[in-house]
Amino acid sequence: MNKKQRTLLIRIIISAIFFVPLYLISEDIVPIELPQPAIIVLFLIPYLLVGYDILRKAFKGIMNKQVFDENFLMTIATIGAIVLGEYGEGVAVMLLYQVGELFQSYAIGKSRRNITELMDIRPDYANIEVDGQLEQVDPDEVEIGTIIVVNPGEKIPIDGVVEEGNSSLNTAALTGESKPREVEPGDEVLSGSVNMTGVLKIKTITEFGESTASKIVDLVENAASRKSKSENFISKFAKYYTPLVCYAALALAIIPPLVITFTGFGMEAYESSLALWGDWVLRACTFLVISCPCAVVISIPLSFFAGIGGASNQGVLVKGSNYLETLSQVKVVAFDKTGTITKGNFEVTAVHHSPLDDHQLLEYAALAECHSSHPISRSLQVAYGKYIDQTRVSDVKEISGHGITAKVDGRTVEIGNEKLMKSIGVEYKPCHHAGTIIHVALDKEYCGHIVISDQIKENSKEAMAALRSVGVRKTVMLTGDAKSVAEKVASEVGLTDYRAELLPADKVDCVEGLLKECTGNDRLAFVGDGINDAPVLSRADIGIAMGALGSDAAIEAADIVLMDDDPLKIVKAIKISRKCLGIVKQNIGFALGIKIVCLALAAIGIANMWIAIIADVGVMILAVLNAIRCLFVKNI
Amino acid sequence: MKKSYKIEVDCANCANLMEDAAKKTEGVKDCTVSFMTLKMKVEFEDGADVDTVMKNVRDNCKKVEEDCEVFI
Repeated sequence: MNKKQRTLLIRIIISAIFFVPLYLISEDIVPIELPQPAIIVLFLIPYLLVGYDILRKAFKGIMNKQVFDENFLMTIATIGAIVLGEYGEGVAVMLLYQVGELFQSYAIGKSRRNITELMDIRPDYANIEVDGQLEQVDPDEVEIGTIIVVNPGEKIPIDGVVEEGNSSLNTAALTGESKPREVEPGDEVLSGSVNMTGVLKIKTITEFGESTASKIVDLVENAASRKSKSENFISKFAKYYTPLVCYAALALAIIPPLVITFTGFGMEAYESSLALWGDWVLRACTFLVISCPCAVVISIPLSFFAGIGGASNQGVLVKGSNYLETLSQVKVVAFDKTGTITKGNFEVTAVHHSPLDDHQLLEYAALAECHSSHPISRSLQVAYGKYIDQTRVSDVKEISGHGITAKVDGRTVEIGNEKLMKSIGVEYKPCHHAGTIIHVALDKEYCGHIVISDQIKENSKEAMAALRSVGVRKTVMLTGDAKSVAEKVASEVGLTDYRAELLPADKVDCVEGLLKECTGNDRLAFVGDGINDAPVLSRADIGIAMGALGSDAAIEAADIVLMDDDPLKIVKAIKISRKCLGIVKQNIGFALGIKIVCLALAAIGIANMWIAIIADVGVMILAVLNAIRCLFVKNI
Repeated sequence: MKKSYKIEVDCANCANLMEDAAKKTEGVKDCTVSFMTLKMKVEFEDGADVDTVMKNVRDNCKKVEEDCEVFI
């Protein structure tokens, strides 16, 4: 509780102590006779004590031409009740209203702190060694190139490179996955990860404010300022709602009594015309108490804030409430292939038609390609897996667009694509497998071919099935790769469609075409690795970058960032957004529904002020508690 | 130019009112108030004097919600 809240609490308690006995006396429950003026004066003490700031604000509001706010509503309603002789109710309403205000401010403050704490993965100190002693300093003051010490159990405050020590890191705060990552000297480490086992000395490579952890926190905190349609709807609604209810209350206080007086219809229920007017003015006051829009207004941004906080805890960074809203309506998902559906690293997957031992063929191929750093050559070297003795290789000739010829152990090795085989006049066997095919000829004799292809991620297939189960009707892969490769990947993973042999610019056209097919509220998401698909990411309704840990470009270009490269996270993100939006809708419907019912009850005279204030405070409490549910998305 | 300020305000509706008030202040191009993070992001018109504009923003906000504070 802060100072303001404590003062309010004390005021509420003292007023309540005054109020309760007075109320009992005035209702003749306790038989003490007091003259009427004394009762009025005594009631004014708790009333003014608990409500003076409301009265002052209402007065200032009128002076500043900001008439219709809740202070005004409460002032009119309570003064109205007191003037009509309902002293007890007038004071009680003010008292309960303040209890509600206190609770609201406390609950909001607490949930705000909880969410911010959950999101704040920044440590608040860094250890620096000074004369052999560890000293804790403000991480903001650590300059680039400083050596910081991170003990087991501590969070790494600033991005850097390990200078000394081995350890395993828990990157759960960044990725939501608690798979430990082993690090040794020379490895780059990101701030926000927790050092688990050994002491690490890290040379910083950024400033604290530019470190991964700080950037993530900034991004998520700023997300709250991009407002969703629901939020805009509610703030617009509130703008019209309060004045509307005030005029309705005014009408309720004047029109029915006038009608009854002139027609005489229904007059028999009232003892006098004063009682008639009193009854309707009291109903109008009750009306005003119910009309406070705060429960609805607060619960919407709170739900989004909690949803964004919960998502960031799971390694899904959402850059705005509006994106969370759009994500929940996604029906079409377009994917980039490399790095999204597939791992993006090439591996030897098969060796075919070789008269030699497979390993021996790989040995010749790896040796012939030993001078090249092309990804294909590297994957050959990795598949061979042994030390490559470059002295065994001579006369290496690279024929651009064809392949390589070299002499290995005195034998001529020719290795490359079909064109190379044709040009040297060797008859080759074509391969029906998808991927890059490397033909090998030894001393002008065909020795089979090696298939190199990109690996599909373990979870890709499961992710596509899960996407379908959450109502995504179309999953399309966009790739620059050959049609045969695309077709194979698409059918293996279970995509509904694919577009192959696209240039980067074609991808934008494809997405535009897909966007045209989206009707109504259906939205299209594009998932890429964020490295060279920035235009596509921004063209789609929602751009999702995955595997973006440490990549600024990706974080910049996308609307939603998945910190690791697990495609199942896409499904998780959609589920989180649906849950959050569901809660938002519940709150809007629930809070407005109760308000409307209570307004109706007040108008026909069933609901008294007690019910009104309890409805107001109660709805607010429930809406806030419901909003907090958005935070719990771990096992969604 | 954009700048971000810390604010203090008690209710969500009041935060919306502050946003409106700030938007109407001369020299302010756009403004968003986030009740959840208690931050006000102000985009200024070109050539506006930030200090004066922000003082006006604070005054205007206090007119709509007396209890608020903008930390300039």
